[in-house]
Amino acid sequence: MFTTFSSLAVLAAAANAPTPQIAYAPVLLEEPAAEAVSPAADEPLYPAIAPLDPAQATALGEDGANIPHVDVLEGGKLLLTNGVTTIEGSSGGGLARWATIGGRQMAGGIGLSAHVTGIELPDFGWRSYGVMAGFGDRLELSFARADFDTRDVGAALGIGQGYTFNVETFGAKVRLAGDLVYGDTWLPQIAVGIEHKRSRDGALVRAIGAKDSSGTDFTVSATKLFLARSLLVNATLRYTEANELGLLGFGSATHGYKLQFEGSLGYQLSRRAVIGAELRTKPDNLGLGDDNWMDVFAAYALTDNLTLTAAYVDLGSIATFSDQRGGFLSAQVAF
Amino acid sequence: MLLAATTAAVLMLLQQAPAEATDWDAEFGVEVKERDPVTGELPVDPYEQSNANAGAKPYDSAGLAADFGGREGIARIAARTIELSEADPRIAAIFEAHDTVRLKRTLGEQFCYLLGAGCDYSGRDMKTAHAEMGVTKADMNALVENLQTAMREAGVPFAAQNRLLAKLAPMSRDVVER
Repeated sequence: MFTTFSSLAVLAAAANAPTPQIAYAPVLLEEPAAEAVSPAADEPLYPAIAPLDPAQATALGEDGANIPHVDVLEGGKLLLTNGVTTIEGSSGGGLARWATIGGRQMAGGIGLSAHVTGIELPDFGWRSYGVMAGFGDRLELSFARADFDTRDVGAALGIGQGYTFNVETFGAKVRLAGDLVYGDTWLPQIAVGIEHKRSRDGALVRAIGAKDSSGTDFTVSATKLFLARSLLVNATLRYTEANELGLLGFGSATHGYKLQFEGSLGYQLSRRAVIGAELRTKPDNLGLGDDNWMDVFAAYALTDNLTLTAAYVDLGSIATFSDQRGGFLSAQVAF
Repeated sequence: MLLAATTAAVLMLLQQAPAEATDWDAEFGVEVKERDPVTGELPVDPYEQSNANAGAKPYDSAGLAADFGGREGIARIAARTIELSEADPRIAAIFEAHDTVRLKRTLGEQFCYLLGAGCDYSGRDMKTAHAEMGVTKADMNALVENLQTAMREAGVPFAAQNRLLAKLAPMSRDVVER
């Protein structure tokens, strides 16, 4: 209180110069207070509350963790630039993994995506479903489960009518450089990743000749949308020992990891529609005639969040049953 | 306490009221910019004009320019893109402090130059024009969507739309800051 009084008094004294009244005299003795009120001309004036430096504004103070603002499920990606979902639950085409990061989030955001896929073949049926989380334009984590119904083949192979193979895939993908759409035309979006797969039919796949019931694929992908040609080009190298994507286990007594290729070409018909074709090579570790897979596909973004993909797939020979060609249908919701 | 209040009151009375007609802009050194009576644009600091400021080499295709409706069609698409963006809650704030009269003209010139429709670009280069605006990739996406809407409204074929975007996409290096 006394400080307030003295400050005002000094001000008043200054305004009323040159003769301070006697009542103000004791106040004038307090020189430091007087200086605080009228700073020297060369002294900078500081605002009462320092503005927050965004780089330093943290939840735990200056030395704590730096928790930036995060937009959860806010979206912002251009349509289809998060890709659709592969049969292994990763963002990509139907069969081939792409360098894209799933979810519709932008940098600093978190996105979520889920998918269901069905493939109808002459002798088999494929169902897969999964979820995916995207973190900024950097990291994608995914989980997918595939059920492969052997129908009548199961009985013919002696494993039981309608025996269903199951495999679970845990995926992670990190974007290293580049951008699918922006930046230099010659620099594609490049990502590396893993897919750890666990067959749920351990005893059976070992009996067939597989070395392991679980295994890990390593991938490097490069994907670019060449706008001048409306063309999306993707190439992925996959180092894998999986037999039929892991449904029939991993490796064999004589074969292990091999380098495989996944390629996609897509032509953009509109913001919402793209058609294309894919090729995926596969190893034949078990000597069962594992063939390369191919598809021609059409994807359509029905809304910002729902994308449908239809394809004609040629999966060649599976478990010695050849000419497995059929229809592929997939739905993806992404936020 | 009483003394302090009295002193404060005295101080207030001692203050001189500013004259009624004080020119506060002059007082604080604020320059008032007048719009050009002909073009309606605000003056800008001088800079070196060059087609190189457009940020890419132009196409040489009469068909492509025709897909966009020639020079007039291109100017309309550029203006429409800005209108849509000014009304777009995602990025409207970026345009609020901008001379959109001038922006519509220079953006139209840039598109026209890049599409080989026979214009010169008189605007600034992309890095200077977007300096310290803090544009994000999400902002850029929003602008692209508005441009796509404007082109779709004008009936530009999708492949031709993408050819213009192909010229603009690499400019993200100079536009996107964070």
